[in-house]
Amino acid sequence: MNIHEYQAKELFEKYGVASPNGQVAGTAEEAKAAAQAIGGSNLVIKAQVHAGGRGKGTFKNGFQGGVHILESADQAAEYAEKMIGQTLVTKQTGEEGKLVNKVMIAEAVDIERELYLAILMDRDTCRPVIVASTEGGMDIEEVAESTPEKIVRQFIHPLAGLQGYEVRKLAKALELSGDQAKQFGKLISNLYQLFLKCDCSMVEINPLVVTPDGQVLALDAKFGFDDNALYRHPDIVAYRDTDEEDPREVEASKYDLNYIGLDGNIACLVNGAGLAMATMDIIQHCGGSPANFLDVGGGATKEQVSAAFKIILGDPNVKGILVNIFGGIMQCDIIAEGILAAAKETELNIPLIVRLEGTNVEKGRELIASSDLDVITAVSLNDAAEKAVAAVNG
Amino acid sequence: MSILVDENTKVLVQGITGGFGGKHAQLSLDYGTQIVAGVTPGKGGQTFGEKTPVFDTVSEAAGETGATVSAIFVPPPFAADAILEAVDAELDLVVCITEGIPVADMMRVKEMMQGSKTRLIGPNCPGLVTPGHGKDSHGGCRIGIAPGYIHKRGNVGVVSRSGTLTYEAVYQLTELGYGQSTCVGIGGDPINGTSHLDVLKMFNDDDETEAIIMIGEIGGNAEAEAARWAKENCNKPIAGFIAGATAPPGRRMGHAGAIVGGADDTAEAKKKILAECGIAVSETPSDMGKTLVGML
Repeated sequence: MNIHEYQAKELFEKYGVASPNGQVAGTAEEAKAAAQAIGGSNLVIKAQVHAGGRGKGTFKNGFQGGVHILESADQAAEYAEKMIGQTLVTKQTGEEGKLVNKVMIAEAVDIERELYLAILMDRDTCRPVIVASTEGGMDIEEVAESTPEKIVRQFIHPLAGLQGYEVRKLAKALELSGDQAKQFGKLISNLYQLFLKCDCSMVEINPLVVTPDGQVLALDAKFGFDDNALYRHPDIVAYRDTDEEDPREVEASKYDLNYIGLDGNIACLVNGAGLAMATMDIIQHCGGSPANFLDVGGGATKEQVSAAFKIILGDPNVKGILVNIFGGIMQCDIIAEGILAAAKETELNIPLIVRLEGTNVEKGRELIASSDLDVITAVSLNDAAEKAVAAVNG
Repeated sequence: MSILVDENTKVLVQGITGGFGGKHAQLSLDYGTQIVAGVTPGKGGQTFGEKTPVFDTVSEAAGETGATVSAIFVPPPFAADAILEAVDAELDLVVCITEGIPVADMMRVKEMMQGSKTRLIGPNCPGLVTPGHGKDSHGGCRIGIAPGYIHKRGNVGVVSRSGTLTYEAVYQLTELGYGQSTCVGIGGDPINGTSHLDVLKMFNDDDETEAIIMIGEIGGNAEAEAARWAKENCNKPIAGFIAGATAPPGRRMGHAGAIVGGADDTAEAKKKILAECGIAVSETPSDMGKTLVGML
């Protein structure tokens, strides 16, 4: 799950991670009021979308740039008017762009140094790791490539937590001393608390800046949350903005289906994540192109199968459907019933290829064979993929 | 021999009174597995099915019945605690089926298990099966959720993260006439108890296992680690498959661990490493069985 910049800022404020003053606005009036409330002459307005490259983006109404320096509170209203309700296209949004519902007005701080700071869950050591670098403001992958010695990693004991000496080591590595080291210590300790308490999978501050007057501030942040832990964080779930997500994925999540839309034309419906991935792979291997990843899980119901069909068919690119079920927990006859009901309900008029294996497979195949629907049956995964590719291309 | 469990293994089920746990405990009983006890806090004294006693705690259940292995089917918020309870009761093996345990919980579990005698398999896994000698492999040890009847007792070890992809491999082997020693699903989460490498080492030491199928997917470097070890140390033929060649980068493909990280973390990169380590890589998931048989 992703969150907006202003939501990240809210989390920073809640946990005491120093960042520039800022406020969110949903209308031009609010934007003006926010600019006046923050005060000062050095302000910036930023369109709130889940995508990078905002500054160089273009709105579909022709307005240039999703990030602007402001000269007055009136200008905040003027720019907000041009951004809110409009669609911003950046290099990360694709040409369809993203609708801007909110803008953030924030203090534009002067920058003396740009640093990099992140906390993530490390798979190999099963511990949180703090990653820091003096080379902030650029892509950390680039730094890792060209000057790996400028990246330091501090692994944290999962039960003992962040220690004082670890903080001092990191401050030293970032070339922070005196009061700046003290500010950094408070910032990283609070950030670590935030990381743990919100079940983050990642929090990245890039850049962490030092201002000419010696403040250490988190300028921009990126969050990742552990989806498995969202059940204990209703406040973070409330940050979810479904306008930012693929509508098919939003619909699928309502039915507990694991769906990811892709660009191909053969839709797949599979039980189990590994088999679902493998099904996509074999479609490609046979010369086709998968339209989606869809795992209906181990115990899918008729309703879920039906919902899955509707989501699949909502994609205009889809020219055929491949159903691949290895019924372990799931019984093939129940799946067959679900498929037939869904095909009828949706008045399916594209090729449907079904491969069933596992528990009650004979009953399942019988049901499909005796229905009046035109279903192409397959005996193996390879057979299914070949038939699907032939049906779609033929 | 097989690895980890055999037909004499006594198993208890944590969460046996829940719908999911109860269903699979019964299927295991039907398969001939010695499910000797259930554990559900507050429901001690009840009986599951015909005669399986239910206890309040794991230590009571193990003490009364001699169970040495636990299968965990409790919901995600309570699963970490259930694992630790089984570790505290000093069981040999804990198989956690539960899907959706927060990563932070598993991180703590992993740390607290340091130095304990218990091995953890999973979480978010299909469990393991050592097939029996009866009809449709009846009489074996089935822990978890795999369909028992697709197995056949034999000499191929199977290790995989994914449930249904394991079934696919097992089914192909059985169809080709090759039975299995033990099939282990290690689970799809980023932090798990037992790795591909751990299982490969056990297969390598097991007399009954003569060949191995290792199934992996995108995310992490566990498969590469196992392959590099095998190149130097494993004297048995291995066939491999890596799922996720078509997965878009940065997206979580169902399994919490299945996410393409960087350039080195793609299905292609992993396949290349496997091949360099002498593992016969199956191009499609349909050919896993055939690829292995081709090496024998």
